[in-house]
This record gives sequence, C-alpha cells and structure tokens, in this order.
Amino acid sequence: MYDNPLTKRDAVTKEVKISARGCQVYYGDTHAIKDVDVDIEDKTVTAFIGPSGCGKSTFLRCLNRMNDTIDVCRVEGDIRLDGEDIYDPKVDPVQLRAKVGMVFQKPNPFPKSIYDNVAYGPKIHGMSRNKAELDEIVERALRRGAIWDEVKDRLDAPGTGLSGGQQQRLCIARAVATEPEVLLMDEPCSALDPIATAQVEELIDELREQYSVVIVTHSMQQAARVSQKTAFFHLGNLVEYGETGQIFTNPQDPRTESYITGRIG
Amino acid sequence: MTDATDPSAQPAAAPQRRSSLLQLDERTRRRNAAEARFRLMGLIAVTIGILAVIGLISSILFNGASSFRQTFITLDVYLDPAKLDKAGTRDPEAISKVTTFGYAPLLQKGLVDTMAAQGIALDGLTAKQAAELISKEAPAQLRRYVMADVSRIGQTVTFDVLAAGRIDGYFKGRVTMESAALDRNVSPEQLMLADRLKEAGMLRTKFNLDFFTAPDASDTRPEAAGLGVAILGSAYMMLVVLVLALPLGVAASIYLEEFAPKNRFTDLIEVNISNLAAVPSIVFGILGLAVFINFAGLPQSAPIVGGLVLTLMTLPTIIIATRASLKAVPPSIRDAALGVGASKMQSVFHHVLPLAMPGILTGTIIGLAQALGETAPLLLIGMVAFVREYPSGPPDGFFEPAAALPVQVYNWTQRGDPAFVERASGAIIVLLVFLVIMNAIAIILRRRFERRW
Repeated sequence: MYDNPLTKRDAVTKEVKISARGCQVYYGDTHAIKDVDVDIEDKTVTAFIGPSGCGKSTFLRCLNRMNDTIDVCRVEGDIRLDGEDIYDPKVDPVQLRAKVGMVFQKPNPFPKSIYDNVAYGPKIHGMSRNKAELDEIVERALRRGAIWDEVKDRLDAPGTGLSGGQQQRLCIARAVATEPEVLLMDEPCSALDPIATAQVEELIDELREQYSVVIVTHSMQQAARVSQKTAFFHLGNLVEYGETGQIFTNPQDPRTESYITGRIG
Repeated sequence: MTDATDPSAQPAAAPQRRSSLLQLDERTRRRNAAEARFRLMGLIAVTIGILAVIGLISSILFNGASSFRQTFITLDVYLDPAKLDKAGTRDPEAISKVTTFGYAPLLQKGLVDTMAAQGIALDGLTAKQAAELISKEAPAQLRRYVMADVSRIGQTVTFDVLAAGRIDGYFKGRVTMESAALDRNVSPEQLMLADRLKEAGMLRTKFNLDFFTAPDASDTRPEAAGLGVAILGSAYMMLVVLVLALPLGVAASIYLEEFAPKNRFTDLIEVNISNLAAVPSIVFGILGLAVFINFAGLPQSAPIVGGLVLTLMTLPTIIIATRASLKAVPPSIRDAALGVGASKMQSVFHHVLPLAMPGILTGTIIGLAQALGETAPLLLIGMVAFVREYPSGPPDGFFEPAAALPVQVYNWTQRGDPAFVERASGAIIVLLVFLVIMNAIAIILRRRFERRW
C-alpha cells in the first residue's frame, strides 16, 4: 500500500453505504455532535480524525447504535444504511450490529478459547448448521484476520493469553466472522506497538476489498496510510470531508490545516 | 523558586540546602516515627484480635469437647418374657403396650446381677440407689432395642446403657465428691460405686455418636440430648434458603444492574436493599410471624417458615454481593458481545454472568453461613420449641416441627443442669465446623472458577 502516493489516489466515486443527514448527538445537556452530514462509501476505508473529545468516536458508535447502551445519550437526525433508516423504531439494534461490526480501542477478547471467540457471533446468528461448517467459518475469519497461522495449533487456548497485537487481530477476526457489511474500528491500534500496528493496517487494507471500513484514529500518519476518504472533526462539527490525498495536501478549511500541521489538537 | 532566575540569590541559598543522605533530617525523622507508631497500633490491634479468637475457641473447646464422649455402663440384661410378653404370643402390638416403666426393673435387676457376677459389692447402697447410676433414658433405649426385634425376648443380652448425667460428669471432672455431698441427685457412695464399676471394666467412656443423631432430651436427662433434629432442621432451612434466595437474588441483581433504567425509582430500590441488609434480624422474625404464620397459615416451628424468614434476611446480602461482582466485570466484555450482535440478554448470560460467578457464589455462601448462625428470628416463629420427633423426609418434613442448631444452643444454655453447658458448647463446635466447611467451599469454588483463564 505504500506504493500508492497520496496525491495519485484514484478518486473513483463508489456506491454510498451509509449516509448521515443532520445528525445530532446529546449526552444529557451536552451537544456532542452538531449537525453532521456525511456519505460513507462502500469498499472504502474512511478515516475519522480530530483532536480528543471532538466526537469522532461518538459518531462512529452512532453508526451501529452502540450509543443505545448509554442512558443519557440521545441521537437525532437521519442515518441510513443502504437507504434504510437505522434509527427507525422497527429496527432491532441487534440485527443492525450483525451487519455493522465493530472493533474497539482496547483488544477485548472474551475470556474463552480462541475458537469460541470467533465462533460466538456465527453461533448466535445461526450461520452454521453443523460443527464442520462452523469450523470452516472460524478458519476463514481467522485467515481474514491474518492470525490463522499463529493460532491454528492452539485454537483451544484462551484468547486472553495472546499478545496485544494478536488479541486485536483476533477481535477483527471475530468481527468479520459474522459477515458484516460495514466494519467500524475505534482507534484499533492505539494499544499496539508499531509492528502490530503495521500488521493491523495491512489487514485493514485487505478488508477494504469486501467491506466498507470506518476507522477512528489519532494518528494522522495512519489515516494517510490506510484511508481513501478522511473526515476531520472538531468540537462536534464535521469540518471537512474528502479524498484523503486532498485533505492532507490541500485542506480547504483553515482548522483542518492547523490540525494536520500540528497547530491545534 | 522565583528567585532561582536571579543569579545573585543563587550562591547564598546553595550552602543551606546541602545535606547528607546519610543523616536523616528532622522532617524525615518525624514522618518515620509516625509510620512506626501506626504500624505498632496495627500490630496491637491484630494481636488483640487473634488473642480474642484464640480465647473464644479454646474456651468453647475446653467446655464442649467432652460432649463428644459419653459414659456408658455395660450390663447383661435378661429380657424376661413374664414382664415383656405376658401372653407369650410375641405379638409386636401387645409388646408395644409395655411402657418404659416396664423395662426399668429389668435394667435394675441386670445391673445388680452383673455386679454380683463381677464380685462388686453394693456397699450399703440399695439396689434402687445403684440403679440411679443408669440414665433415665436407658429404659427407652432398651425398649427401642426390643421393639426392633421381638424375638430377642427371653434372651440375656449384653447392653451398653447410658450412665446418668451426674456419673458422666464425675468422670469428666464436673462432679466431685464434695459437690455430690450437697447434691440431691447423687451421693458420694454412688460415685464410689461408679469408680468400682470402672475398675471392673463395666463402665467406660467412649465416643458419643448419639450427640449427632439423637433428638433433644428433657431437663433431667442431659446425657441423652443430641443434635439430630437440630441438624436436620438447619439443613432443611438452608435448602429452602438456597433454592429461594439464590435464583431470586441473582435474578433481581441482574435486572437492577443490567436492564433496569437508572431513575429515581430504581435508586429508591437500591437504597432500600442496602437498608434491608442492616435491619435487625429479629424484625424479620416478627415479619415472618405476622405474614407466614398468622396470615399465610403456615405451621409454627416448621423449617419452611424458618427458611422463608432466613431467605428474606439473606436476599440483600446476595443481591449486594451479586451486583458488586456484576459491576466488576469490565464493560469492554459487554461492548464486545454487543459488537458482534449479541442481544442484551445474550451478552449478560453468555459473558457477564460467567465472569461474575465466583463473586456471586462467594456472596451466596457467606449469606447462607450468616443464615445458618441466625437465632433471633427463629425464636419468634416457634423454632425454640422442644422437638423430640424427627421431621420426615422432604417435602413433608419442611412443614413439620424441627429445631435449628443456633436455637438449640440457646435452648441448652437456658437449662438448669450444668451438663447442658457442656452440650451447648459441643453444639457450638458443631455449628462452627459447619460454618468453616461452608467458607471453605466458598474459597474452593472461587479458586476453581477464577483459575479457568
């Protein structure tokens, strides 16, 4: 992927996967996300960047309704996945989350075996009819998570016994095991060393072929390395959204420029 | 430090600050002294605690250990058909008409005859006075033995009968010649006779299994009193508490912790649960009396009522412990489960609950141990009654009168005969052993579940 210079990235417009219009999020009285409009494309890596507390994680969590678990959180506006309003009262968030998988900042494998970690999602969604099929799903997910070769001999070992980077790739494998259409990643590399980070980034680039990936990151280099589209958030506003190459080389908004040159944030 | 920027102030301040690391300055010395004082206080507190526990346990053991041994007299008894089966039909129904009063003379005759055979003189005592060495419980013992197999009538059997409480006390050091001289129930001559019986091997002190299996006995025969009914009653109550309090408590805590909206109403419930844990236990007894006995019409003294009252008492303990261990499960596990599309309930039952299990079990067993030792509420619902009949097996046994271990202790300490002091201490030892076993189980379960990963 490093042979893909920022300025030369193709600007082919793809199908829109998720579109948000006039999205507002409140935590009690705090207005955390202010009127965000964004179109997230299919088979694209979209990076959300911005200083701490700017609302990028909050917005990410709106996309699969993880904010529902926070009592004081209120979401307004319109967020559509393939044209369907995900905040429609008829939508069951559980079904939505099967389509929109999530990887968290801190690797959080279940305290179960590696196999059970990956098999759990397919099991509860009834994706396999027998053990052989489940084995196949688990292997495919672990291969896609680029961790199969490291764990294939010890699938019964606890997932919590792996190293941090392996745990995070296990979590990615767990997320892709349920065959989601969108993969949300909330600072997936912030707890990892540079080598593990490189592995995860490589993985994200591969996942782009099948999924729409949305990644929140604090590292602008990472955003530049892995994403095709970048959104810059500041104080709850979506300041600028565009091709990654354009954002990093020719930002339109002075705030974006200040941030990427290190003057704010 | 503002003057640090002023170069002229620098040389003047420097020599004053110089100090050797090898020499403690005044401040450090004071801090060290304060720490040493605090450590000493802690050490004193711990020592006092340990001494108190040692004192308590040794006093209980000193008083109670002897209750596990009991004095028995070995006799040859002729089961006279002329007395026990006048008709000669060996019909158990006819024989059961002979009361324990019919058996007492047989024992008296057996004792005198056995003594004569061993060459032990009565030494001025009448046969009746000699027979007072035998417990008043002994005729009942002999009657049960005969009723178990009526074909024994007509035979001469060798039988171990309980010695009277005073004689038992003499060999345990509770009764002396001096005290016997002032005692209406025993005379020094009888004690001397007991000594001679012991020399001849007719009288022995051995392990007292009956203490664990026999029911309570009346004031005048402490030597026969046992914990059987109390142990059974306590076991029934613990069963009721476990079956009711564990699922109710765990379900309530899961709902409150994971599902209930956080509003003023749930806050109120939370405060109330915490307060319930601090309500004096006797209040629960009054509640049980009013609700379960007077209103619901459940029988008095029954383990079911005791179990229900103790369930109410144990619930807050279990709920508080369960909520604490649910809270201790990292939220990242919940996120992980929700993130792969598990429902709220799946995330709780598949992931959160297994992780909280060691804490829940520990809390439950500690709650049970508390309930096992609880006395006050049981007094109010009639568990203090004198119960000689074993409750039958479950489920009927839950509704029949029974005693409970702590109440039995309380009961025995109220009685006049000093032999009951020994019995009460023995019962406390049994109770403590049960508590230690339960705490050990809690520790083992905790280890087992925690070691999984």
